[in-house]
Formats: sequence, structure tokens, C-alpha cells
Amino acid sequence: MADDKDVLRDVWFGRIPTSFTLNQDEVTEREAEPYYLLLPRVSYLTLVTDKVKKHFLKVMRAEDVEEMWFEYEGTPLKWHYPIGVLFDLHASNTVLPWSITVHFKNFPDSDLLHCPSSSVVEAHFMSSIKEADALKHKSQVVNDMQKKDHKQLWMGLQNDKFDQFWAMNRKLMEYPTEEGGFRYIPFRIYQTMSDRPFIQRLFRPVSPEGNVHTLGDLMKEMDPAALPNDGEPKRYQVVIHGIEPLLETPLQWLSEHLSHPDNFLHICESHNPPSPVLSSVYISTPPTTTPPLLLSEDLFIGREG
Amino acid sequence: MPASRLWVVDVYGRVFSLSTAGQQWEQCRDAQMEFKRVTAAQQCCWGIACDNNVYLNVHASDLPIRYQEETYENQRWNPIGGFSDHLLPSDRWQWSDITGLKHQPLDSFELPSSSWEWEGDWYVDENFEGEPTEKEGWTYAIDFPAFYTKNKKMTSCVRRRRWLRYRRYKDMDTWAKIPSPQMETPDPFSDISCGGWEISEEPRGRLSLWAVSLLGKVWFRVGIYHHNPEGSMWEEVSVPGEVLQISCGPGDLVWAVLWEGQLIVRQGITRDCSKGTSWVEVESPSPDVGATHVAVGINTVWALTKDNKVWFRRGVDSHNPCGLGWISMVGEMITINVGLNDQVFAIGCEDRAVYFRQGVTTSELSGKTWKAISVPRDGDRSHSSASTNSLQSAGCFFSGEVRAQSVVSDVELDTEKVSTDGASCLVTSTSPESVVDAPTDNPDQPIETPKPRIPKVTSDSFISELISDREPAKTLREGGSAGPAVPEEEETLPSEGEVKALCADVAICPSQSGGPLDPQWSNVDLEEAQGQLAQTGAALDAADTSSLSSVATYTLAMEDPYGTDEHPLWAWVSGGGCSVDSHSHLNWFNSVNTSSLVGSVQSMSLSVTSAQTAAWRQQIFEQLTERTKREMDNFKHYEQAIEQSVWVKKGTMQWWRDWKPYKWIDVHFALEQFSGPEGNKDGILFIYYNFYEEKKYLHAFVNELTILVPVLNESKHTFAIYTPERTKQRFPIRLAAATELEMHDWLALLSVSCCHSRGIQGPPSKQAIWSITCKGDIFVSEPSPALEAMPYPTPCDQMFWRQVGGHLRMVECNTVGIVWGIGYDHTAWVYTGGYGGGFFQGLASSTDNIYTQTDVKSVYIYENQRWNPLEGFTNRGLPTDRYMWSDASGLHECTKTNMKPPSTQWTWVSDWAIDYSVSGGTDKEGWQYAADFPVSYHGRKGKTDFVRRKRWSRKCKLTTTGPWQEIPPIALSDVTILPCTAQSNVDEVPLWAISNKGDVLCRLGVTALTPAGSSWLHVGTDQPFKSISIGAASQVWAIARDGSAFYRGSVSPQSPAGDCWYHIPSPSKQKLRQVSVGRTSVLTVDENGNLWYRQGVTPSYPQGSSWEHISNNVRKVSVGPLDQVWIIADKVQGSHSLSCGTVCHRLGVQPVEPKGILWDYGIGGGWDHITVRGNSMEPPRVRLPSLTDASAPAPRSPIPFRNMEVNSSAGDS
Repeated sequence: MADDKDVLRDVWFGRIPTSFTLNQDEVTEREAEPYYLLLPRVSYLTLVTDKVKKHFLKVMRAEDVEEMWFEYEGTPLKWHYPIGVLFDLHASNTVLPWSITVHFKNFPDSDLLHCPSSSVVEAHFMSSIKEADALKHKSQVVNDMQKKDHKQLWMGLQNDKFDQFWAMNRKLMEYPTEEGGFRYIPFRIYQTMSDRPFIQRLFRPVSPEGNVHTLGDLMKEMDPAALPNDGEPKRYQVVIHGIEPLLETPLQWLSEHLSHPDNFLHICESHNPPSPVLSSVYISTPPTTTPPLLLSEDLFIGREG
Repeated sequence: MPASRLWVVDVYGRVFSLSTAGQQWEQCRDAQMEFKRVTAAQQCCWGIACDNNVYLNVHASDLPIRYQEETYENQRWNPIGGFSDHLLPSDRWQWSDITGLKHQPLDSFELPSSSWEWEGDWYVDENFEGEPTEKEGWTYAIDFPAFYTKNKKMTSCVRRRRWLRYRRYKDMDTWAKIPSPQMETPDPFSDISCGGWEISEEPRGRLSLWAVSLLGKVWFRVGIYHHNPEGSMWEEVSVPGEVLQISCGPGDLVWAVLWEGQLIVRQGITRDCSKGTSWVEVESPSPDVGATHVAVGINTVWALTKDNKVWFRRGVDSHNPCGLGWISMVGEMITINVGLNDQVFAIGCEDRAVYFRQGVTTSELSGKTWKAISVPRDGDRSHSSASTNSLQSAGCFFSGEVRAQSVVSDVELDTEKVSTDGASCLVTSTSPESVVDAPTDNPDQPIETPKPRIPKVTSDSFISELISDREPAKTLREGGSAGPAVPEEEETLPSEGEVKALCADVAICPSQSGGPLDPQWSNVDLEEAQGQLAQTGAALDAADTSSLSSVATYTLAMEDPYGTDEHPLWAWVSGGGCSVDSHSHLNWFNSVNTSSLVGSVQSMSLSVTSAQTAAWRQQIFEQLTERTKREMDNFKHYEQAIEQSVWVKKGTMQWWRDWKPYKWIDVHFALEQFSGPEGNKDGILFIYYNFYEEKKYLHAFVNELTILVPVLNESKHTFAIYTPERTKQRFPIRLAAATELEMHDWLALLSVSCCHSRGIQGPPSKQAIWSITCKGDIFVSEPSPALEAMPYPTPCDQMFWRQVGGHLRMVECNTVGIVWGIGYDHTAWVYTGGYGGGFFQGLASSTDNIYTQTDVKSVYIYENQRWNPLEGFTNRGLPTDRYMWSDASGLHECTKTNMKPPSTQWTWVSDWAIDYSVSGGTDKEGWQYAADFPVSYHGRKGKTDFVRRKRWSRKCKLTTTGPWQEIPPIALSDVTILPCTAQSNVDEVPLWAISNKGDVLCRLGVTALTPAGSSWLHVGTDQPFKSISIGAASQVWAIARDGSAFYRGSVSPQSPAGDCWYHIPSPSKQKLRQVSVGRTSVLTVDENGNLWYRQGVTPSYPQGSSWEHISNNVRKVSVGPLDQVWIIADKVQGSHSLSCGTVCHRLGVQPVEPKGILWDYGIGGGWDHITVRGNSMEPPRVRLPSLTDASAPAPRSPIPFRNMEVNSSAGDS
């Protein structure tokens, strides 16, 4: 890999092999075969599972079908998190393919947002992009775009068109040379062991003294416990897109290259090394509160607690 | 664009220059004395120093100025002693010049001046017309003067031989005095101006230098050219009045100002008469106020009047050097100068800053606005270190606010100065005449250092003359207005002609120049400072001065003669060597407008470059590869969640139809693309057309396309698409888009699509094969090991070529990825490692390593005439004749008005001009004569000549982008890079080149990491060379202009330039043109298109023994590090048509059969150049990994953080 553009490509074309199994409680006319699919890490569950739905509907009666939702080892999967985040957060230790259970009944309203159509995903995706640009450029770039440019970003994601998406997203990744980076880095830190959905606060790519902030600086500031003290073994893994970047990686570079299409850097923090015993704790984790659909209202408020 | 320099002189006579790439004034440290005026050309700078002598500063170049002196030794045979010195009384001198008329023994040669030195002693030239002579360089003839041959015959009664000796100009980059005998110039010079380099290219480096003496006479320096930079003598040019100042443009414009205020324009300047013939008077711009200053360019004239107003002359060109009328411009200036490209520089009359005229273009010569150049001087160390802010806050240099705030009473400042000085500066004792400055060392204001001495130069009339009339009787006064500076005082030395500079900032108070104390000039903007006069007077008190100087004096920065916040006060500017144009990006104004830069944004590239090698980056690359392997490799059979839809792009175009009669027809064009699971695209190209009312289509699979080539066409935007089949037929799919933009869109899209379908992305590999079309477009092809396989290599019509941005005439590469190119204008370029540029946008182009590239070439048309008995030569031809205005072939009509630049990418940058440099020579008017069209032309009319022609040329320029960076300043005609073998770990890579003047050069410091190298080493030759090549074992071969070959002995890493040339005769009756050396093979091409192989080359006898013919029909050859042979064939017949300029590959080349067996034909039709010297991929059994794999890191992560086996139980709960 000679060029950082290859990173963009690798991030975009990341796929998780998944097997979808129908929940045993669902009433079926005949036995449902599992359905296998390569899910794009950067997309959203409800956006890429039309085939899954179609597959299982074939064995079900129409009256038994309500809104489809997904669960992994007892945890309802939030469709508004990118698929890669869900995987890294809940299933990073699983044997592949990732086995997801499909439900058509008993929608867990307290855990999940409803997603009646892809336009809801679009609204969520675009609001994330706008929120990210508010942090990066005081919304200047995204506001300068036309409606069709927004559409291009969305269509790029929806149709898995890397070139189409990046032709436009490029603009969102620019910054004035002399400032050395974005105003603030749009990031979210997810913790497997925490009740709160994620940490999001204001954080600049460059310190007031002009030093470049690294991933380690961010983690130290947001969750000091995540970093090992001197001599201690690593207690947590800091995972982005299924990989563990070194803590000295510049945050600005990460934001430009390892952000999801929604322009946020989604960082998953989990125990290291995760033991099977610990992983069973995930299941007993109480359901978390659901964030509102549109996040842009409370842009600059940390979302902890 | 190479960095060039703007030259200035400050009021103290110090010479500074500012590089177009630089951001600070650099003092010409060498100058031992003060200068009054300078005038610059690109290669040198002339100046008048305060000793009234003319000095010349020739800029150092890697190419030395060497002059070859020659003389002939003549002998006659007599029956007794054989050949001897005893000549007949009627014979020539025993030592003579080539004609025999001039007596010149060896010891009669002297160095022209102390700036020259001999390179060695006299020696005999043993070559004769490209061939070595037998004995001691003698050539024989029947009698003087006659034809000489190298062989002695029975009839040879006389013989002669040539002796050579080189002298070298040694005073580079230093001011060398031009010796000036008193009788030449009785009174000292007061003004000087050089130019005229565009009048004629012969002799090379020719300059016109005009000078004005104090008595108002005008002088012209004769005989300045490259090999004689100093010129030979001054000739007086009569003038109709006393001249004050003169200006000579790069072309044929010369204007001068008379003392009375009128202007005179030189008429009759031509290439034969660079001095011109007569003067024509032009009235002053303003009837009441006389002109004081004039500056001319190529098509522009600017003038200043005594009231400092600026005037622009309308309607000036080479046909009408006088122009039409004056236009008043804004600004008040004391000096103005026109540089290259008619760009204008001036010195402000108030602030003495150098101003650049922004927005001057060929269509708008008067420009838009004056912009002050605001950069620090290299001596302003304390300045920049003390307070960057003050610099930045700037504009500050000359803004009114700063002045206002710093107007403080002298008394206050004096005390403050004393205290601060005492506190913070190193105080040393001082001499009584020292100047005391007012260093205020508070944090807001930069430190100021004292001025150490009183400049002499400003007292000279040359500066004061400009303003003397304006401020006739001003009393001495000083400006308290500027900076924190207080007027400090200096003791005026009693001697006449000295000046005191009073205020650090603004006021320059020259003193008497041979008269009573009469401060002739000071700044006009100081009117309001009049009130301080009294104080100043007081401050001048000697007592005061001494008391001050005993306290505060020189600081450590004593060698820095500048006060820190002192504005540079300029007196003179010369832009004659400064190549900027309206597109140039200059960093000269930065401190003024930092805020305006906010708009410039830069994505990614910053982090890319700085992070290129960091460990964290490597870690991310490795882990992503690991992730792909872990999560995807075993699941490729899974269905993709998102179906890849077909994506169609449609358009309308014109298509050059496949059947006769060939013509352009309108078609619908569509590209259907499918994306594969890996994100790879594949697609089909459709061309829908009507065939006798019936709808039909033609299609091509994108993965079968081998190349997309923009085609040279002056009216249509056309490109050609080839598949292997169409390459064989020599008949591509030819398409024309409606607009250039549309064509580029399609080309970029199709190109990306082709690359995707073949899995090619990123920059070309080190092994890549590079080629160039006659349009200057650059293509690369990635070779596979099978390309040179035996016995079944990949047919070369299947090679896939993709375009790289940029514009070149030739390109050479080697096996470690060093690539150099040469433009049509002979500019050297080095490949930066990027890809894309040109019309490639976005992701098809690398974010960094792409730069602007320009190229210039000439377009030629011919004016044809036929003789008839009545009128002589007229433009009335026979009905069967060619067009009276035509191209070289005469088949196409080309007039001055209908001739367009070669394509829409090119724009005219000059006017039509007669081209005298045509082979065969021309007469004085540029005509060439012949018996009839079309035959060989000659320069002198003979009795049987009934037709004649004249060649006109016009320059055009192209601007594009690509992964290339310029290597100034030497223009090249050929370059070659050592093809390193895979095993050899050569650190510094030998690179040889030929300058466009024929000098042989060796580049030092070239490595894989620094492909541009550092400097040139000149390798001496006895004649100009034209082609060079270095083989894998450092064997250097070259071709001289006379067509013979040379082998360079003893080239090794220890001695990169080798020791001497061995002459290798060319194949009989052939003049060689080009050479290429591979691992062991040496191949040459002669001027008749024959390809020759050097037989008998062994390690012990690397010169070989004889030439063996391989093939004819060859234009160019490239021999690779495997001794593989590729050529550009002249003509190749395809099934549909003939193509000229075709890439061909020699098949059957083996160690035992180095000449190969037959040709395999590849892409063609308009190819000019190919180099396979990067491809060292051995064909044998071992298959090398493909390129994309090779560049990927090893898929091995040091700490696998997820282990599938161990955690298998986790999935079961």
C-alpha cells in the first residue's frame, strides 16, 4: 500500500460475513434456512438487509410479520450504529460468520429506534454528516453543498459507490493548511462495559501549543482508565474498523482516513484480552437508553450519562 | 519555472536580489563596493559601481563558459626533407587561422582579461570530420587552399593540422571589472541597460548593452555573447541631445530620455544590426513636466516624469516602436523597470519600496494594480527572530498607522533608547563618526540596530538627479514619522560627496554633491514633519551626538548594517533577469496579506507527506490487510449485501467510421459499467450508429482496451481507442467530442474504468515502460515477466498503456524508479512519484506530487514565392505550385491568420517572426532558394533558382499539471540513467545528459530518494554532442553532432565522469543519431533510419570492433537492462492503414543472438519515444508477484488481537 487512498478503499470495502438465522419463536410455514451475506462495515443494518427480509418472508405468513429487527446473543442491534461498530462492539471475538438472529415480532421499543423505510436511515446519516461538519468546519462545507451533492453522498453509501461518495466527501475532508486540521474532531467512543451509549465531546486535532493530538491523547482525555499505566499490560483495546491503530497515530489523520461515511470516527473500547467469561456479561448488560434520532440539536454537549 | 532573480540596489549602494521562489532579499555579499545601478539579464547582471567602472556578474552555472581557441599548423612537402615548415613565399603563414590569411602562432593567443584562465595547454586535434586521423592529426591536400582529406596520397603536397586550447571564464558569481581604456570612454558612465536577447539566437547568449555617460553620450557594447560575456569594446552612438537615461528591452525596443525631458526611440534595430540606425523623438508625456525615466519591454513602454507620475505608452510593438500616445497611470514612482514578459517593477517615491505591477498580461500590458514587495532582507536576522509578529502584522512595513503611533518626541526616545540599550544591548565603544541608532527594545517593537557607516553612494548625482528639480532648496530635515526610530545623528565627514542617512526609516538626507549643504532629496511624505526640523537641527549638534554615541552604539548585530524595523530603502530595480508572468505564484507579498490565504485549503496531503514512513501508518496498513484476510478471504462466495447495479454513462460524439469513404458521423456513445465484488469495475463500450437507416452498434469490452490516446487535431477534440485487434489493423476507434472538457471527462472516466478492470491503480511501478506520443502525452505500461519471455513473449499489441499527466518530448527511466523527462522547450523534469494530473481529477490523481508543468514550442509556416521575368519574385505562383503560404510539405495552406496553435491546450505567446535558423541557411531576409518546389533549399540565390521560401515561426505555450518537477536551469536535449541491476545496491545513480547546446553533463547526487540530484558536472568534449547512453556496467556511449560515436573510458563509481573519450567511427557513410546501451549491447540509429549493433564488445575491449546492421526503418532505439531491444519504427503497414511512429519489440534476443530475429509490432501511429530501461524483470520460471501485491506490506501483524481458535466458544452461547 503506497498511498493513503488505499486506506479509504480498504475502509469502504470492509465486509463482515454474516449468517442470518430466523428466531426460533417465529411462526413459520416451513423451516427457514439461514441466509448468508457479506455486510459492508460502513453501512447500516436496515439498509442492506432487504434480501434477508425477502428470504424469510418466503416462509412466513404475512400476518405474522411485524417490523424486522436483529439481535446478537441477546443484544438487540441498533441499526443506527454502523454495522462495523456493532460488530466490533458486540461480536469482535466471534467465530465468523457473525451469527445474527432475525426477529419479526416483539420489537424492543425501549432499545431500538423504528426504521420503517430507508428514508429514516438517510435522515439519520445526513444528520450525522451535518453534525460532523458543524464540528469540523462550523457547517460551512456542508451548507455550501447543494441538495444534489447531499444526495450524491447518500446514494454513494446506499449503492456502495466508493468513487461517487468520495468525489463529494473529499470536500468534507479539507481544511485550511495553516490550521493543521479540523476545528474539532467528530468522534464517538463506545464502551462495552459502560451504560452510556457513547462519549462525544469537543476535542481539537492540535493542542493550543501547536502539538498534534494523537489517539492516545484523546483516550487519555475521554477515558483515562482506558490507557495502561506504565508497565501494566493493556487493559482495553481501542478498535476502529476492526483494527487497533497505535495510540501515537495522529487524530487528524484518523479522522480523515478512518472515519465512517457519516464523517464520525467511531471508536470501540473493549477489554483486553476479552475472556469468554467476560463476554457473557455483555448479555446481562442492562438495555441502554436510546439516543434521539436527530443528534444535531445537542451538538456540543457530551453525551455521557 | 526555474527560480530567477529580481535585482535591486538600495540607497546605500548595496546590491540585493530576490528569487522568484524566495521570500527574502539576499545581499550580494561579494560586492566590495557600492553600486549605483544594475541591469540584469537571466545569465548575468551588469552594474555601475561608485568608482564609475562597469562591472559584470556572470551567474554561476554548472556549465562553464569555455572558449575553444584554434590555430592551424601548415606544412608543405619538398623532395628533400619531406613535409617541413618551409613554405613557398606565396603560401600562407606557417601558423594561421583556418583561412590561412591571418598569422597566428601559438604564443600570440592571450587571455582577453583577468577573468579568464587557460584550461590546459595546446594540443593537436586528431579528429577530422568525425573520423580519427592517422598520424598526429595531419590532413592532406594538393595545395592551399583546397579540400583536405585524412589520407596522404601521392598528390598531397601540403598538409595541416589543427591545434586546440580552451580558456575558461573564471569570475562566476562575482563582480568583475570590465576593463575600459580611456580612449573608449572619456567620461564615466551614469546609466546602463542591457537587453536585446530576443533579437537573435545567434550567436548564443548575445546581449545588447547600452550605456549613458555623464556628459549625456550613448555607448553600445559590441560583441557580447555566451563565449565572450564581457563583450569586446564600446562604440559611441550619436544622439540628438544629451541623454539622461536609457532602456533596452529584450527585443528591439530601445528608448532614452533626454535631459530636456523629451524621449528618443531607436529605429532600425534588426538581427543584423542590433545597434539600430537612427533616433526618432517622442514628446514627453506631460507638456510642462519633462520625462525623467523610461523603461521598455518587448511590447511595452513606461515612463516617469519629474513630478513622479507614471505613464504607459499605448500601441507599442515592433512595427511601431514609438507607440501612439501616453496614458497616465496611478502611483508615484522614482524608478521604473520592465522585466521579462513585460512585467513591471518600480520603486515608490514615498516609501522607497519595490512595487510589482500585478495583472500584466499580453492582452493587458498596463496591468491592474501596484503591489509592494514585502519581504525581509537576509540580514534582518534580529528582526525576524526578535519579532515575527511585527513582520506578520505587516503590511506594517509601510503602513501609515505604524508611523503614526511611533511619532514620539526625540527627547523621550533618546532617553528611552539609552536606558534600553544599556539594559539589553551589548554596548561597546564607538568611533566618533559612528551613527547612532535608536534601538528600542520593547516587546512591541522590533529591535533596531545602528547604522554603522555613512553611505557614500547616495551622494552621487545619479540618485539625486531624479528629484533634484523637485525639491530644490529643502533644508535638512528628518522624518520622525517612521517606526520607533528616532532620527539619530551622524557626523558628516567633511569630505565632499558623502551623505548622511538620518532617519532609520524614511528620510534619506543626501548631502552636498559638489555644492553647498543642500539636501537634495528627502521624502515627500514628510511635509508634516516639518515641525521637527528644529529638533533635528538640535540633534545634529556635535556635542549631543558624541554624548549619545558614547553610550549607545553598536550592538552585536554590528555586521548587520540594518536597523531592524528600518524599511529597506531602494534606489534601483532591474527585472531583466526575473522571469515572472501573470500566472506566477510569488511569495513576495506574504506578510501583507496573510488573511487572504485562509481560502486556500489543502486536504490530506500534509498528513500524507509527513506520515509517509511513520510506524503507526505501517501498523494501520498491516492491520487492514490482516483484517481483509481474516474477515473476507474465506467468505468470497458469500453474496454481497448491496447488488451492484449497472451504471451507464451516455453521450453523443462523432466517430470516424470504419468503412469508406471514411468520415466523421454522429453517434451515440455509452459506457456500461458493472462493479465486481472487490469494487473492481468492468464495462462495455457501445457506439450506436446508423447504417443506411438501420440502427447498428459497435462495442468493445473495457478490459480489452489497451490504450486511450488523445489525438492531435487542431479543430476537433479527438481521441483514439485501441484494442489488440485494432492495434494490428493500425485503425483505432476514433472519436471526437464536442468540447475539450467533454473529451477530458470521457478520457478520465474511460481511463479509470480500464485501470479498474485491470486492477491497476496508483503510481507506475519502477519497472514501467514509458512512452511519449508526438503530441507530448506521456504513457506508461506495466510489464509482466512474460513480456520478455522466450520463446513466447506477450505480444506487444496486448500491452496496456495508461496516461500520466504532463507534457514531454522524451523520457528516460531506470530500474530503481528514477525517471527524467525533457520538454519541447528542453526543460528538464524529474518524476515525483505521483500519478494523475492533467485531466485526471479526484481519486484518479494523487493528492500530492502533482505540479504545474509548462512547455513551449514553435509552430512554423512557410511563405513561398516564384520568380517571373517581369516582377522578379512574387507571391504569384504557377497553377501547379504549392500554396503561397503553406506548411513544410506545401500541401496545406497555412497563413499567419488562419494558423492555429497545435491544439486547444496551446496558446500563442509570441508574434510571427522570421526564422533564420533553417537548415541550409537563409539570406538576410530569411529567404531560402531552390530551383523548384520541392527540392533542397540553400541560403544564397543561384542563377537557376526560380523559387524561394521563408520560414516563419511563432511560439505557443501549454500549461498542464503532472507528477513532474522542474530541474533548472540547464536546458537538455538528451538524458540517460544507469539501469541498476536488481542485486547492485548502487547508492548514487549515474545520470548523464546532453545540454541543448551539446555539452556533456554528469549529474551528481542522484539517488532513488533524491532523483533530482544536486548539481551538474561538466564533461569536456571537443565538439557538441547530441545523444548519450549509459549501460548497466557504467559504459557510457555518446554520439557527437558530426555523427560519430564516442566511448567514455574509466567511468566508475569512484570516477563518475570517467577520464577520456575514445572516438569510434560511425558505420561507413552514415551519420549516427542516437545510441542506447543495455547490459552489454550497444545499439545506434543513424540519420537514414538504420539500426546498428556494436559487434565485439567485451569487458576487456568495451569499445567493440565493428557495426553490424540489424534493420532499417528505425527512428529511435531503447535497449533495456536485459539487453531487450525496443524501437520506434518509422512506418508500419497495418491491414487498414499505415502508421508512422510505432512501438516495436525485437523478438528472439538472447545472449547468443543479441541482435534478435524479427520485430513484433505494438501500439503505433504517432509515437515518438519509448524507454524500457526500467524493466529488469527477468523472464525465467520464477513468477514475480504482481505490482500491487509487491507494494503491499507483509500480511503479518505483530500482535494479533483476535484469535479465532481460542475464542471459538464465544459464538455458541
